[in-house]
Amino acid sequence: MKLAAAAGGGLFLGFNWSDTTAAPVVVDANQIAAGSVKFNSYLSIGSDNSITIISPNPEIGQGIKTAFPMVIAEELDADWKLVKTVQGHLDNAAFERQVTGGSGAVPHSWERLRKAGATARYLLVNAAAAKWGVPASEITTADSRLVHKASGKSASYGEFAEAAGKLTAPTDIKLKDEKTFKLIGQSVRNVDNKNIATGKPLFGLDFYREGMLFAIIQRPKAFGFKLKAVDSAAAKAMPGIVDVVTFENSVAVVGKSTWQCKKAREALKIEYEKAADLESSEDHNRIFSNLMDNGEATVRRKNGDVEAAFKSAAKVIKAEYQCPFLPHSPLEPMNFFAHVREDGVELVGPTQTPDRAREAAAKITGFPTEKISVEITRQGGGFGRRLSADFAIEAVHVSKLVKAPVKVIWTREDDMTGGTYRPAVRYRFEAALDKNGEMIGYKLRGVGINSGNPTREDNFPSGSVDNLLIDSVEHKSAITTGPWRAPITNFLAYAEQSFIDEVAEAAGKDPVQFRLALLEKAKKSPAGDVKYDVDRMIAVIKLAAEKSNWGKKKGVHQGFSVYFSHRSYVAQVGEVVIEKGKPALKNIIAAVDCGIVINKSGSLQQVRGGVVDGVGHAMFGNMTFKAGTPDQSNFNGFRLIRMNEIPEVDVHFVDNGISPTGLGEPALPPAGGAVANAFYKATKQRLRNQPFINEEAFKGIS
Amino acid sequence: MALFKLTINNRAYSADVEGDTPLLWVLRDNLGLVGTKYGCGIAQCGACTVHLDGKAVRSCVLPVSAVGKAKVTTIEGLSEKGDHPVQKAWDEVDVAQCGYCQAGQIMTAAAFLKEKPKPTEEEIVGAMSGNLCRCGTYHRIREAVKVAASKTN
Repeated sequence: MKLAAAAGGGLFLGFNWSDTTAAPVVVDANQIAAGSVKFNSYLSIGSDNSITIISPNPEIGQGIKTAFPMVIAEELDADWKLVKTVQGHLDNAAFERQVTGGSGAVPHSWERLRKAGATARYLLVNAAAAKWGVPASEITTADSRLVHKASGKSASYGEFAEAAGKLTAPTDIKLKDEKTFKLIGQSVRNVDNKNIATGKPLFGLDFYREGMLFAIIQRPKAFGFKLKAVDSAAAKAMPGIVDVVTFENSVAVVGKSTWQCKKAREALKIEYEKAADLESSEDHNRIFSNLMDNGEATVRRKNGDVEAAFKSAAKVIKAEYQCPFLPHSPLEPMNFFAHVREDGVELVGPTQTPDRAREAAAKITGFPTEKISVEITRQGGGFGRRLSADFAIEAVHVSKLVKAPVKVIWTREDDMTGGTYRPAVRYRFEAALDKNGEMIGYKLRGVGINSGNPTREDNFPSGSVDNLLIDSVEHKSAITTGPWRAPITNFLAYAEQSFIDEVAEAAGKDPVQFRLALLEKAKKSPAGDVKYDVDRMIAVIKLAAEKSNWGKKKGVHQGFSVYFSHRSYVAQVGEVVIEKGKPALKNIIAAVDCGIVINKSGSLQQVRGGVVDGVGHAMFGNMTFKAGTPDQSNFNGFRLIRMNEIPEVDVHFVDNGISPTGLGEPALPPAGGAVANAFYKATKQRLRNQPFINEEAFKGIS
Repeated sequence: MALFKLTINNRAYSADVEGDTPLLWVLRDNLGLVGTKYGCGIAQCGACTVHLDGKAVRSCVLPVSAVGKAKVTTIEGLSEKGDHPVQKAWDEVDVAQCGYCQAGQIMTAAAFLKEKPKPTEEEIVGAMSGNLCRCGTYHRIREAVKVAASKTN
């Protein structure tokens, strides 16, 4: 980014960017080496044989900035050592879907990236064939080199970049046979490892610009409050403060450093008034109970005759599960840079949805979108929080009001108490078993607070039960919610997989066999539409059972869980042992079908990290409220999992050659169920609420 | 405001700031050393870890006025060429996901290994559990500390 080269300026003493050790390293996508030939939106090849690949999607830790270029380099037969990866800016003409969300970037772009690489390779081969006077079909490529074996001629890609750039690209291009992949499937290190390990300015919070002001914003302290009056005189008089401005329900303290703004914010005197109910967690429990029994439900899926099935049942099993609100807690708090100029707007920062930030800026400033640029920085985690544009909108408002380049910075407390949480949900499950222990009826009601549809009505076990009813009720609250990594399924999967375990036990069946029998039924005589791939689900179940030596380990209590989300399938076995009389979670064995694995190293960590995230939040994650105000505001009150609390995570990928189906989220949903079911085996106590640590069964354990 | 003279990464710096400004924000906002990260501001996450006379400290709760003559080392100065054994191990093990916490993790690990060059796994876990990684790269952090220890004399 251009930014880092010039900052501070007259504001700071003893600070000279030109001789600081913090040299800018982030390559601007528009500054690709001179002499490079641009083959398409993604790829340029230099006459010096350098290859630059633009990765257009936001990098939040999912590894896209390494994986995307790998796909192009594979089809190009590029020498990976010569490939330089750069982050693309928002460019709707060059790229589609510049979004990080829904584990969808790789499935969306797989073909496009392959074609980009294959087309460039084709052009290079044809340029060489013309020059050498040999048939293109006789030229082979490897490691960024063209070789014609019969004549002994060879050249680097760089030598033919210019000539190839003048040829017309074919409309139809043959892609490699997946079996011949050389780079895809290997372990390739994160392209930013060196920059990360040496502290280079990569992240949004690292963005500084000459003359830039800082802004710390006071938002209403309770959900349900609106701004009534502000007395900013004391704050304005504090050192370094340039201005205090108000927009919507926010008061922004604008000044010359983060710390000065943070201190001055404490001197604001603000009055609020009530605009909506100020809810407490006790209110939510009451609302859940009421709506579960009396709410007007929206039917999500219905098969067969549920009431008749339950009437004829030999056994009925019923259980309720509940989860709390959760903040996303990316380690880099929300922040964004905006410069609203007279001729346009410049936006820079960490966003999963750059287009949304631009659209919002256009609305606020009245500029057409082509006058608004968005640079995407590396992002210190996202987990869905950066899908919202609220922090970018704030930066635009403040920059517009103070007529200067401004970076809005959220403190951790702002980030944790600022809303857009994973919604709180309660589920009620009911299952009807016949005298043979077959599940003949299944009911699920989800009650959510600002959750939208808190069910995934077409997921397993739908399709495997003849009589089924899934419905939901929603309560509207002033507490704001939004997508949280593996939205809804991050909790639903645990609740459902724990309940299935309860049903299997009531039926007197092994949990793995019980699930497999249901899936066989979905295959042979499906009840309504089946919108997941039964065979892929069966395969991960069998692989996890095999790799965990299911049911055969002495002294180890195993719990099973399997889930389909974001197009991929993951089964997990949790292993609990009793140590000194207490249950301890030792291992999670994960079997994953995400189709072709692009980067083995990145994918392995993505699964491990997803499991750690799932286990950590199931165990400890809790956000509660009093009169609309969150009780937790930082990592002293809100507990994140630490190194001494992780299980070992053993990962196995299914090798089926299917095009990649996404991996940023799917490993998370099954984790909670694997833990809860293993814990049950060890203690005979069900964990029906998150966080587990607050359950009666866990008292005195850790 | 007062002028504070600081020795950071063996170089002299000065900053005109209020004495209660945490070292973290002086590094970031005043000196352009942005490798040291802000995560929580209350010494709970470790993203802001720097060395003060070789010892790992949390720069988010260290007022600049308390630094005095102590030598500060930040991630930018851990090694001249980015080749400290811990930095190399982080690359070899391919630790980072988002990467935001890793400068703090590396600084904690480097100070720890200086004190304890041949740690047991239990000691590694004990030393590293004060640093949060929201992406959950803990297995690899643990592994990278082992790798770094095996390559340090």
